[in-house]
Amino acid sequence: MLQYMLKRLGIAILVALTVSLITFSMIYLSGDPAIALAGEAATEEDIANIRTFYGYDRPILVQYLDWLFRALQGDFGQSHYLKSSVGGVIFERLPTTMLLGACAITFALLLSIPLGVLAAIRPNSLIDRFALTVAVVGQAMPSFWFALTLMLWFGITWRLLPITGTSSWLNFVMPSIALGYYVTPGVMRLTRAGMLEVLGSDYIRTARAKGLRPMPILFKHALRNAILPVVSLAAVQFGFMLGGSIVIETIFAINGLGFLAWESIQRADLPVMQAIVLVLSVFYIALTFFSDMLNAFLDPRIRVR
Amino acid sequence: MAGAVATAIGLAISPAQAGKSNDTLAWATDREVAVVDPYYNNTRELVVMGQLGWDGLLYRDLKTGEFKPLLATKWEWDGNKRLVAELRKGVKFHDGSDFDAEDVVYTINHVSNKDNGVLTYKNVSWMKNAEKLGSHKVAINLHKPFPAALAYLSNVVFIMPSGHYDSAPTKADGKKDFAAVKAVGTGPYQFVEVKAGEYVQWKKNGNYFKGSPKGEPQIGNIRFRTIKEMNTQIAELLTGGLDWIWDVPKDQAERLKDGGKVTVENAKTMRVSYMAFDVHGKSGQEFFKNKKVREAVAHAVNRGSITKNLVGPASVVIPSACHPDQFGCAQDVPKWSYDPEKAKALLKEAGYPNGFEFDIYAYRQREYTEAVIGDLAKVGIKAKLNFMQYRALRDLVWKGKTPVNHMTWGSNSIPDVSAITSHFFSGGRDDPAKDPEVIKALAEGDTATDPKVREAAYKKALTKISGELYWLPMFTYAKYYAWGSDLDFKTTPDEIPRFYTAKWK
Repeated sequence: MLQYMLKRLGIAILVALTVSLITFSMIYLSGDPAIALAGEAATEEDIANIRTFYGYDRPILVQYLDWLFRALQGDFGQSHYLKSSVGGVIFERLPTTMLLGACAITFALLLSIPLGVLAAIRPNSLIDRFALTVAVVGQAMPSFWFALTLMLWFGITWRLLPITGTSSWLNFVMPSIALGYYVTPGVMRLTRAGMLEVLGSDYIRTARAKGLRPMPILFKHALRNAILPVVSLAAVQFGFMLGGSIVIETIFAINGLGFLAWESIQRADLPVMQAIVLVLSVFYIALTFFSDMLNAFLDPRIRVR
Repeated sequence: MAGAVATAIGLAISPAQAGKSNDTLAWATDREVAVVDPYYNNTRELVVMGQLGWDGLLYRDLKTGEFKPLLATKWEWDGNKRLVAELRKGVKFHDGSDFDAEDVVYTINHVSNKDNGVLTYKNVSWMKNAEKLGSHKVAINLHKPFPAALAYLSNVVFIMPSGHYDSAPTKADGKKDFAAVKAVGTGPYQFVEVKAGEYVQWKKNGNYFKGSPKGEPQIGNIRFRTIKEMNTQIAELLTGGLDWIWDVPKDQAERLKDGGKVTVENAKTMRVSYMAFDVHGKSGQEFFKNKKVREAVAHAVNRGSITKNLVGPASVVIPSACHPDQFGCAQDVPKWSYDPEKAKALLKEAGYPNGFEFDIYAYRQREYTEAVIGDLAKVGIKAKLNFMQYRALRDLVWKGKTPVNHMTWGSNSIPDVSAITSHFFSGGRDDPAKDPEVIKALAEGDTATDPKVREAAYKKALTKISGELYWLPMFTYAKYYAWGSDLDFKTTPDEIPRFYTAKWK
């Protein structure tokens, strides 16, 4: 197990480094960051000054290595636009995104697991068809459109929920539903498939033959086994939500990490972009690593492979 | 239970800090504001907030174009490189300190020093230094004659208290972080708080000096909010979370207007649209070296239709490479009417009877460029759109890699031709032509102190630019504004909303 863990950890670190290097290079492909920083009305002289001031006149590799060396010591530098420490800015906004991600994944699990179980108990029934509809709609509908629809009904027409901000738990209701709904189909179908497989297995048949009541069979014996891959998927999806909340944060004006990432790209705030990519990729990699470890712990065959 | 839910909902929705009942004018744009200092944040938002929190020496009356006293009561030129100003007495900064000559000298000497890193250095680089002549009298020395000085002094040179930047913290690289200093000015509104990505809060300056041409502020609080998505801004405007928005797309603005719940207005701005041609064939696509081809394009593009159908009623077609409201922007220059048949004939004369294919570059309002492409297609010219971010495009323009670029310029709302034509045609990297005759005429216009001499010189340059079609000047931009029915607001022609003049109905 230890050997497997170390191997996965090594891969995870390499992935994080590769992601940061690719991002650093790609930022430069989209044009001179000094032009974006200087603003539209800037002269050539203004831009040249800014290029020298921020060290963008050095070779890209030197800039990358310089950044990486400082990042490994926990120093992500200063935001060119926000004029404050990048670490401070990110860790100020990370809790909002984490909270949104947690609310969204909770919503997704609360909706998808019961639906998946019900669909598995009565395959091809009306409830199964309903669950399938939820899955298809969830996968097909763009999240921005769903978010705007929620806003139209709950924010404007019925005035039940606030449209923007983070001042109350009610501010998180619509964004959590909009973000979580996208994850629902995958989790629900996995739960359904797992439950169908488990419910048809020998030990469940034995439990029924022994005269156990349906509810303990369903929740104590079947769901406990069927839900294991769902836990892994949920962990990975949570990582996806942290990075993928850009659209939802933008629509609901939530001042989180996704919004910061989008803004930083727009204004070429390289230190912030780099740090966000690194932080999010580390989160995602850590959650994937955790998921791998969980699977290996639960299924020894994976360790051998 | 139902009561608890209702209470919770009520608590969540009520704190919307906006509207007449809260005496707070809430406005939003899609941009995040972190630095509240007009010298260290060059966004349009800070141009707007600069007018709230700070005063310049002069005030420009937007109706008459006349310069009026603001922090300076009198001013006169001493030669053509020295401006002497007498300052207003009895003015206080928001921190309670008195305004005097020390403040003007400190501010100008700080911002004109290149090492202090003012972001748009062009706005202040024309000043050499300032010297104190008395407790309320200063002289501003210029590097060279700069006739647009008064326009800059009224629009972008704001006065900070003496020693303001001395308390700036030192960054890790040893440089001073001037942007981190808390905002203090003399303006009609006083800075309260900023939360980057969320809001900037201002409150009325109760001690604002009497007799200011800006008038006495009426609304108690002004709150800027960052809301990226236009649909969300509209939703907040309709539900009372915002009082004012702008940059509303035409179709949405028209629907809002039809809804009747808010006031919608299309107002002009200082921004112009233009198409710049690669007249020397540096991009590798040499079609536009031929003047007949440029003329064909000019006759093929229906600029009137774009302004009418896409931009808005306040937009107008422009014949010159500048905004008609800017000083020196001659309108009596060669004009190019919409005439697709003539365009086809010109193409035939130029040796392209079946048209040709080229790359057009743009970064803003894709639909405007698509309309251009549609018009060109009607005469047989196939334009391939390369739509990209501004920074990427400007880089390409400077490298001469764009056969045609469709871009815009806002002139920093400076009402003078030197802020646009001189920027683009004085031989720099933005200059597509580098025409010695134009460069010479602009240099004369930029340094002469006699307005008539300036106008004549600029007219000469603008006539050549339009006649040779180095640029095809397209149209002025217009913005759709929308504001709540409780708000009494007047739009301005320079894209700087003066919230200090707004009041509740």
